[in-house]
Amino acid sequence: MTDAPVTSAPADAASDIPRNPPQRSLTLHRALARVWANDRGLWGQITAVSHTTLGLRFMATALVFFAIGGILSMLIRAQLATPQGAFLDTELYNQIFTMHGSIMMFLFAIPMLEGLGIWLLPKMLGTRDMAFPRLTALGYWCYLFGGLIMLSALLFGVAPRDGWFMYTPLSDATHSPGINADVWLLGVTFVEISAIAAAVEITVTILRQRAPGMKLTAMPLFGWYMLGTSVMMLVGFPPLIAGSVLLEIERAFDWPFFDPARGGDPLLWQHLFWLFGHPEVYIIFLPAAGVMSMMIPILSRTTILGYGAIVAAVLGLVFLSFGLWVHHMFTVGIPHMALAFFSAASVLVAVPTAVQVFAWIGTMWKGRPQLVLPMYHILGFFLTFVMGGLTGVMLAIVPFNWQAHDTAFVTAHLHYVLIGGFVFPMMAAATYWMPLITGKRRIDGLGEAAFWVILIGFHGTFFIMHLTGLLGMPRRIDVYPDNPEWIWLNLTSSIFGFVLTIGFAMFALDLILQATLGKRAARDPWEAPTLDWAMPVPAPNYNFASLPLPEQAACGAAQAALTLARGEGVLPGAPRGRREVLVSTVSGARPLHVAVLPGNTALPLALSASIGGFVLLMLAGLYALAGAALVPVAVLIWVWARGMAPSGDMAQVQAAPGLRLPVHFRAGVTLGQSGLVAFLVANGTLFASLLFGLAFLEVVTPGPAAPSASVEHLTMGWAMGFVVATAGLGVLAARASGSGAALAGLLVNLLALAGVLWIGAQLDDPTRHARDALRAVVAGYVGLHLLVAAGMAGFVLDQLRRGEITPDTPGAAPAWRLWQEFTAVTTLITALVILVQAGVV
Amino acid sequence: MKRFAAYPLLVAGCSGPLSTLEPGGPAAADIAWLWWGMLAGAAVITVFMVGLVLLALGAPRPVREGRWTLGLGLGLSMVILTPVLAAGLWVGERIIPRDDGVVTVEAHAWQWNWRFTHADAEGAPVESENTLHIPAGQPVDVLITSEDVIHSFWVPRLAGKLDAIPGRTNRARIMADEPGRYAGLCAEFCGQGHARMRFDVVAHADWPPVLNGDGTEAK
Repeated sequence: MTDAPVTSAPADAASDIPRNPPQRSLTLHRALARVWANDRGLWGQITAVSHTTLGLRFMATALVFFAIGGILSMLIRAQLATPQGAFLDTELYNQIFTMHGSIMMFLFAIPMLEGLGIWLLPKMLGTRDMAFPRLTALGYWCYLFGGLIMLSALLFGVAPRDGWFMYTPLSDATHSPGINADVWLLGVTFVEISAIAAAVEITVTILRQRAPGMKLTAMPLFGWYMLGTSVMMLVGFPPLIAGSVLLEIERAFDWPFFDPARGGDPLLWQHLFWLFGHPEVYIIFLPAAGVMSMMIPILSRTTILGYGAIVAAVLGLVFLSFGLWVHHMFTVGIPHMALAFFSAASVLVAVPTAVQVFAWIGTMWKGRPQLVLPMYHILGFFLTFVMGGLTGVMLAIVPFNWQAHDTAFVTAHLHYVLIGGFVFPMMAAATYWMPLITGKRRIDGLGEAAFWVILIGFHGTFFIMHLTGLLGMPRRIDVYPDNPEWIWLNLTSSIFGFVLTIGFAMFALDLILQATLGKRAARDPWEAPTLDWAMPVPAPNYNFASLPLPEQAACGAAQAALTLARGEGVLPGAPRGRREVLVSTVSGARPLHVAVLPGNTALPLALSASIGGFVLLMLAGLYALAGAALVPVAVLIWVWARGMAPSGDMAQVQAAPGLRLPVHFRAGVTLGQSGLVAFLVANGTLFASLLFGLAFLEVVTPGPAAPSASVEHLTMGWAMGFVVATAGLGVLAARASGSGAALAGLLVNLLALAGVLWIGAQLDDPTRHARDALRAVVAGYVGLHLLVAAGMAGFVLDQLRRGEITPDTPGAAPAWRLWQEFTAVTTLITALVILVQAGVV
Repeated sequence: MKRFAAYPLLVAGCSGPLSTLEPGGPAAADIAWLWWGMLAGAAVITVFMVGLVLLALGAPRPVREGRWTLGLGLGLSMVILTPVLAAGLWVGERIIPRDDGVVTVEAHAWQWNWRFTHADAEGAPVESENTLHIPAGQPVDVLITSEDVIHSFWVPRLAGKLDAIPGRTNRARIMADEPGRYAGLCAEFCGQGHARMRFDVVAHADWPPVLNGDGTEAK
């Protein structure tokens, strides 16, 4: 047979794809289950890469952290129940409230939404797994290890204690000696590897793996919400990562980024933190709003009202959420007219939120809402979230914020928003999807009781806390001996806080009982039209025996489940004994090629463990050893990339009658390349955050000006010109083909790296002034990228030597080209910025 | 106590030495009015929204999409939010410091105390720890600085808070209508001693006050 690559599928539109002939469902199921199953036993848990396994594991782990964070909150409430609480000493109290906030944000909310997206998206979009299964597993292990490091610190009494937003100088080496702050900076950054990984693969999965013919403009709203979320994560997390890296470098090596005595600025930390921190609120809210947009119409027996308006609202939220971080900084002394802009943006963000809320209520008017348990939690959401949104508008009003900021009023507001806007929807979602997770039916009664206890406990705790704040009680105090007027308020909050905890325990018990004692659930218990129910319960690892065509998806989950199980959809079964998914065009979901996904492997565990070794050595202050620990990390990344080399059966795949598709080794833009683009978006934002820091220190910071550079501008200019030119030559090499070009690419990148190292040696002592320190970091950023570019050129050279790269199979060459171009551009920008700053240009 | 008397709504539950709802000066009073107005609006909106949700629990009704998404979602929310934003900006402009040569005092924070400085009759600086002396009945600007970490200067009955940030000087305007003692505190978490980082503002009818060596007022 001929193996010529086909660049476009024969069918012009997915609706033209004919059905496959029906087969025996059981035969298909057995073949697929064998190929997609986890390995047996404990080893199988270590090597699992399945999105179903890992999505559930993310969510289950997040629930454990939620319970731990909840216990910490009970300790806080016990301490505050009386004005002279002697229950905790101040040091321990500070650790506990810092850990409560950090756990709930970084170890509960974000992993929970990642797990939800990872578990649900492939099912809802009609594919068999996420785009990068090994990356899913890597993210999980980084989350688990980072979380365990932070928890161990709590057990050993060295947990972070500077508040969950870690303001400097309180968190710097002078004012926070010991490893407490390092635990936060390194631990959270370690955990955030999972956020970036999840954001990359969620973006790519939504854009390129939807069922054939599922247009972007017609995908389930949850897809739009998660797309908005993942884009926000790609752009929102890098400022936090940049800030954490800078602060850790300041603590470890005394580089004064945030030290006002040496030209640094504590406000730079606040800007970087809230550039992440405010989008973060919407990163948490959007997935919750996404499941609401799915459940409300289904449980109201109707269709969603205002699909287009909701999509517009999501896009509006994504855009606006990056323009209002300063409302966390209204009291730092920014001029009132500047605050007015951020106040207006903060008020304006209520509008797209209102559009969604009214669309949901309108949907309920249109249909006949059924008072089933998920609907209870949806009603709890409406009540709680509306009130949280209204106090949010109040806090966006500058003068009121000046009074309420940093008081219990804000504590009340953020719990209304996060529990109302995230926890209630998640409880609705849990009760809604439990049959698909466990294959079991709920036991009536306990869940309803849990809902009422939670609702009463929540509002009893937090409603009066608004008043506590207006009566002047600041956040984060452990005693208030001089304020008897706060006693009854705090005692009431504490008592209801325990009620709330009992409610959550009942909710957890209900889930456990359902999973263990529940009767077998029927398929599609809610009579849903969406693909997530078009499969057996509990969901099999492969989701679909064949991938749904538009006409199959349109006839309801129950009907679709039958034809899909019989293999009448696209790409039925696993006849080639490997994990195959369909990759399609972004907007119209026209099938392009078949991606062969990796199978079970322990590599993600090994890689995250080696990163964990680096983190632990950094925590121990063994910086030289930590540097050496990066060697195994690099080796494992090489091994990881080797796993993507073209191999196996390269023949075209018959996906449907008349639809022959190439495998991804021979295809145009692969999932991997799309993923690299998404990663470079995050990487570019990281770079932009560093440049923002340089500009901020130059323009805004009032501290002492940087001493003039001791090296001649001219020499430095030539050196930078050399680095830019060699990085540019690297682009030419990456665009050419053949071993000679790859070898040249390797050499010019190494030359450029040598140039950067020479410049680094000439740069002024980075401990002298914040600008010098930040410059050295930017130079390090460029150097790291050149090093990676050299590695990629070497990798391509190796692939050429092995004969893996042919005219038909590009191997890693496109990835190298993309990276080299990114590196050349950032190198050029860095050189220009430094020359402009030095007054040369 | 004239501003206090202006709140018929005020019940005993809203008063206290640190209560923003028992204002002792114009800035705090403006913000308190802003709060009561927003609270009333928020209460009406909450009832309206809960009512809409409860009404939805009945039989299906014909709905027009534009009425919900554009009418209520976009239209109603803009109609409500615009005046709230305008009121906030108007109040903000009224209460911020301006260049009008008012009495200026200094507040310097460190872990975990305050050192305040005002000028005596000869213009010489007078320092006091944890007690800030100001004239009553006239606006006063406070120049706020910090020695070590970020603190925040807050006298809830007089005005909103403003941070004390190392490397920066921030200017806050406060005013006490009546002579008396007003409680203040550090509002930004600043470490071990944060909860006890309190101070007092004493507003004097006669300015500058005659103080004893220990900073107390000479009678």
